[in-house]
Amino acid sequence: MKIEIKNIQKEFKTIGKESVSVLKDINLEMKDGEFFVLLGPSGCGKSTLLNIIAGLENPTGGQLIFDGEVVASENKSECMPPKERNVAMVFQTYALYPHLSVYENIAFPLKIAKMDKSEIDRQVRKSAEILHITNHIDSKPSELSGGERQRVAIARAIVRKPRVLLFDEPLSNLDAQLRTATRIELKKLQRELGITTVYVTHDQVEAMTLGDRVAVLKDGYVQQVDSAINLYEKPANKFVAGFIGFPNMNLFDVEVSKEQEKFYIQFEKDRFYFDPAAVEVGTKYCMGIRPADIEVTDDNENVLKGKIDTMELLGKEVLLYVSSNNMEFSIFTAKKNFKENQEINFRFDQSKIHFFKK
Amino acid sequence: MKNFIKKFESYAFVSPLLVFVALFVLIPIIGSIWTSMFRDVTFLKMKFIFLDNYGDLLRDEGFWKSLRFTLLFIAVTVPLELIIGTAFAVVLDLKIPFRGLLRACVLVPWAIPSAISAKIWELVYNYSYGLANYILLSTGLSEAPVNWIGTDIGAFTTVVVADVWKTAPFVALLVLAGLQSVPSDLRLQAKIDRANFVQTFFLITLPLLKPVLLVSLLFRTIDSLRVFDVIYVLTHGGPGGATTSVSLYAYKYFLGGDFGYGSAISVLLFLVAFVMSVFYIKVSKFQDNL
Repeated sequence: MKIEIKNIQKEFKTIGKESVSVLKDINLEMKDGEFFVLLGPSGCGKSTLLNIIAGLENPTGGQLIFDGEVVASENKSECMPPKERNVAMVFQTYALYPHLSVYENIAFPLKIAKMDKSEIDRQVRKSAEILHITNHIDSKPSELSGGERQRVAIARAIVRKPRVLLFDEPLSNLDAQLRTATRIELKKLQRELGITTVYVTHDQVEAMTLGDRVAVLKDGYVQQVDSAINLYEKPANKFVAGFIGFPNMNLFDVEVSKEQEKFYIQFEKDRFYFDPAAVEVGTKYCMGIRPADIEVTDDNENVLKGKIDTMELLGKEVLLYVSSNNMEFSIFTAKKNFKENQEINFRFDQSKIHFFKK
Repeated sequence: MKNFIKKFESYAFVSPLLVFVALFVLIPIIGSIWTSMFRDVTFLKMKFIFLDNYGDLLRDEGFWKSLRFTLLFIAVTVPLELIIGTAFAVVLDLKIPFRGLLRACVLVPWAIPSAISAKIWELVYNYSYGLANYILLSTGLSEAPVNWIGTDIGAFTTVVVADVWKTAPFVALLVLAGLQSVPSDLRLQAKIDRANFVQTFFLITLPLLKPVLLVSLLFRTIDSLRVFDVIYVLTHGGPGGATTSVSLYAYKYFLGGDFGYGSAISVLLFLVAFVMSVFYIKVSKFQDNL
């Protein structure tokens, strides 16, 4: 099912009758069968947007459209309650009914839908099998591990074949190893089911690995919508550049100058020449360069000189924290015989420099 | 010596409490049991008669009548209190305007001392100038004033109404606390699972309230077992002993100067309450394990 989000706004009234605008103007389109991720720091409004899609909250402006049909708008009479939208949701806390067994939990939405008992049994067992929880079907949620609880929550979500699957940070309560394993399974499951999925997370790794497309949200606006690789390689602004990718991108304010047809950036001491990209001379920019796109070199031509403050060994690679020109750079490079306080020369990969207008 | 001090140090800390419990709980209980084994009537010489008082009690039609009334009273008031209290709690848990004020209002009957609330109900049910008869007569529902407290069923009803009015808010308070401890995610999930308000309440919320309801049930049952003040003020146990509870029955013997017999009644009542309390403690432990 295709979901269109048009100019969605959401304001909350605080106790003092002041209104807080959480979503200011959101425009998104999720294609049929797509795994769509909403990514952003906490408080960016991503969960609110998910609740609006689910029907747990109504927008104060704009329209939400499922397959051409308006299901929510600022007009309350156009807002469909969740029960008519046929959406399923997995909460961060899993929200399993503690007094019901795994079987009864999964069967609950079907029981509400007044499905035939034998049909319920068939569907519940099928979902349990898909999620590998058949062995736990008679257990209570309190007897299960975090990973198992989550599988139950997903089984309950898919059992009634919803039009949309919504996930609200479903992996954040799992330990790191389980999180990776579940991520892969979740992706596979979504492919098999082909249900349009909206997934909320603050974890960029989750977003990059799961999402067909990712929308980065901040301050109630969509910052960028793109595939994971494009977010990484072509961030639309400074926020996305800094938010996506580990280790974090180096960002600093620069001014581009030109000398005899050659563009350069003047740092405190060093000067770095580069091929002209889409930049204007004399304009202040925020320059971004990923740690992996900085090369440590023995050259003395067109380099910055710096000193290694500290470093982190990450297996075959090393992350250097280098002070140079009264600034801090992080450099991600192959492990060599680096030492703390060592003087090094480094240069940027010219094709990988990002300039963001200030 | 050091070992000795160490061993008894902990006892020293709890001893003030133990002294209190002994002084105000244990000694009166033992005293009552002791007294119940004597013929202890004012102006007569005290005489040890062992279990004779209990023997008389088991043959005493008045006692059985008061016990029957007490059990019937529990059977009627407790379920009513639970249902009405839960209903109040559910309403007060909704996002309604003036919720805070309404919560306070609901608690008012519980905050009023029983004797005073019973007095208020006495005024309502008064034969010649009570509010109930005033309404009946002025709306033409009845041609003559009704003698509410004068008939068996009437007196029973008035006592039940006064007691439910007073204690349903208490149940509401407990259940409201229980409702607020139900994770909001579960109700949202139920919404997503397309359950309506009624289904969510009966299939999700109510089962999760079971421990709270069970505690309220036991609490109210034990409390109703020793009902006294409402009845004493409202009907004095009348008419003809129809609304005499066990504790009121015992009180009448104490008032008449028969301390031995009154004590025997009290001891029996104590035993029933004790068994229930043990059961209650078991259940509250069970609740912790949930």
